[in-house]
Amino acid sequence: MSGRYVVARAADIPEGGRVLVEVGGRQVGVFNVGGSFYGLINRCPHKGAEMCKGNVVAGLTSARPGEFDYDEDTALLMCPWHGWEFDVRTGRSWFDPRTRLRTYDVEVTGADRLEGVPRAGRVPGPYTAETVEVCVEDEYVVVDLRKARKAAQTGEGR
Amino acid sequence: MTTALLENTSRDELWPGPVIDCDVHANVPSLEALFPYMSRHWIAWCTERGWHGPVGGVNLAYPPGSDRSCRPEWRPADRPPASDLGLLQQHVLDPWRVERAILTCYYAVDALRHPDWAAALTRAVNDWLVAEWLDRDPRLVGTLVIPARDPAAMIEEIHRVGDHPGFVQVLLPVRHAALWGQRQFHPVFQAMAEHGLVAGLHFGGVTTDAPSSSGYSSYYVEEYAAEWQSFTAQVTSLVSEGVFQVCPELRVSVLEGGFAWLPVWGWRMDKEWKGLRREVPWLDRRPLEIIRDHMRFSVAPADLGTREQTATVLEWLGSDDMLMFATDYPHGYDDDIAGLLAAAPPSMRPRLMAGTARDWYRL
Repeated sequence: MSGRYVVARAADIPEGGRVLVEVGGRQVGVFNVGGSFYGLINRCPHKGAEMCKGNVVAGLTSARPGEFDYDEDTALLMCPWHGWEFDVRTGRSWFDPRTRLRTYDVEVTGADRLEGVPRAGRVPGPYTAETVEVCVEDEYVVVDLRKARKAAQTGEGR
Repeated sequence: MTTALLENTSRDELWPGPVIDCDVHANVPSLEALFPYMSRHWIAWCTERGWHGPVGGVNLAYPPGSDRSCRPEWRPADRPPASDLGLLQQHVLDPWRVERAILTCYYAVDALRHPDWAAALTRAVNDWLVAEWLDRDPRLVGTLVIPARDPAAMIEEIHRVGDHPGFVQVLLPVRHAALWGQRQFHPVFQAMAEHGLVAGLHFGGVTTDAPSSSGYSSYYVEEYAAEWQSFTAQVTSLVSEGVFQVCPELRVSVLEGGFAWLPVWGWRMDKEWKGLRREVPWLDRRPLEIIRDHMRFSVAPADLGTREQTATVLEWLGSDDMLMFATDYPHGYDDDIAGLLAAAPPSMRPRLMAGTARDWYRL
């Protein structure tokens, strides 16, 4: 099971929230969008900015001037340096589908299935030492560094 | 036969194929020449006051005796330059053996603030263009003028004459009280699109303030060298305000505005769009792609470097179809058409000399 890391307790990343963790030598942001968790590398493919510190904003499109389609079902991460928007679910850039963020599989799993899964390094808050103490009924967020998410691989979604 | 502009080369040596000149000018010889196209009320309005015509940017930028205003070879002894059809035929249409030429008259009607007089003078100029130029030479098609301070009056004039087969374009003076992309003008662009007319963004016009964004310049050299700023401001406005989303069929010609700035502007605009897209979410693709679909540029005046440098700029345009040949008759710029053609890839040359304008203006 190497490549899988426990990064947080699920209850501690509320909807709309995120954590930034270091796993396997890489900085990864884990985002809770609508109750689902998504992992993105903390490095903009454009110039290497700390991508996961950017604002998460809703989708915004328009058919003509003055009309706005504000889509809160879409979550876009904006790079703090140049404002490029990337879909949190797929890592895909809004303006150029060929430019995308590296994504990681994230799963939520029970404490009873964490046998042998290492904890992420430099995790903020109570998740370093205390995790050994948590109750078995808690659920944990696990990042898998081994492969990108399916949606990103097949190009589904936007 | 040689002509001014060709210098010592023959027309066929320069370019043996068809030629469409997308920017030749007609000058109103005198206000009185328009009287046959005005009602008695408006003729009296002029004569009672001793009024002799509008004063606009043309008077400021082109002093009458200057070689910029008219090449010496094209200056008639007894009339203002480019003021009758015979001169145009003799100087451009015949020696260049043009297939078609697009005639534009900048008479500064947009400078008038009297709303009814501006509309009346506009009608007179358009009717004069039809009767004394367009209807008299089948090679000519033309640009109609509009009373540019009043959107409702602009639309009325477009509907009045827009279906005349001789009119293919509407003159938008590049200097104006407002940026042309703004919402108040969208119905004007819709009227142009309805009549299948191209919007011709062209030298001329007056701003509500100084021509530059920082006051008046001191010298004509500044006027000529810095004018492209007015063009880039309007092009940026047309794109940003979503005019091409409102009117997906709209075509805009940028005339006398240069073109070498376009790729560099496009890089910057594309970059800004990537980061500030949410502000203008109707822009659903890169601004430079929108320009390639909706705009064409005349090559006079041309900002040319060495042949290699010019070839690089032409490559940066990213399309064989962006440029249209123009003499800018009777203005005198030292445009090296032979140098431009030599720098252009062979696939671009027939497009530049005729093909692009033929398709663009549906000639």
